[in-house]
Amino acid sequence: MSILAFTLMEGAVTLGLAMAGLGMFLAFARLVLGPSLPDRVVALDLIGLIAVGIIAAYDILTEQPVLLDAATVVALVSFLGTVAFARYVERRRQDG
Amino acid sequence: MGDVISAALIVIGGAFMLLAGVGILRMPDLFMRMQAATKAATLGAGCMLLAVAVHFGELTVVARALLVIAFIFLTAPVAAHMIARAAYSVGTPLWEGTIADEFRDQLQTPAGTETGEGSTASPDPRTPVEGEGTH
Repeated sequence: MSILAFTLMEGAVTLGLAMAGLGMFLAFARLVLGPSLPDRVVALDLIGLIAVGIIAAYDILTEQPVLLDAATVVALVSFLGTVAFARYVERRRQDG
Repeated sequence: MGDVISAALIVIGGAFMLLAGVGILRMPDLFMRMQAATKAATLGAGCMLLAVAVHFGELTVVARALLVIAFIFLTAPVAAHMIARAAYSVGTPLWEGTIADEFRDQLQTPAGTETGEGSTASPDPRTPVEGEGTH
């Protein structure tokens, strides 16, 4: 029973990590070829959110709930970065 | 039982993140990309953190997971709103099939222009983009 549950959990986490990693790759492609600066900012925000999810899945895989603190910090820094970029985009319009 | 729920939540969260990646790469417009990325990725991260909370089941882990979920659900719409407003005021081009652009009418109302029948013929209040952002 416990062996079966472990393999189910491991397979689910591996599948979830694979899909989230593929999504992060697609977001990175948008970050590279996004035509304007707001496109890149949105892609960076998405990468931060996916990183939070990947950290959560890795939490379960390694049985280490301490990594949730890292997820908190990543979410915080991602939000602050997006807000700072939004201010920067708006200010750049006013100056130039 | 808890493991089944947790595994299902992990797979659902990964699927939503994959959808967010596909959406941000394939949508034709910045604002459509933003609505794909923000909502789907918020739900995906929420599902994965909920899976962590279900899997461990201890009070401290559940509290921290719910804290991160609440933080993401509070800050993601704020960040998306700020970047969308900044991008619109900079003059990011909309998709050519866009039907409704209500924010544009709202922007030119306090500028003194009459909002009558001729409001569609008034000039674009947004500053033009400097060469970038073409599709």
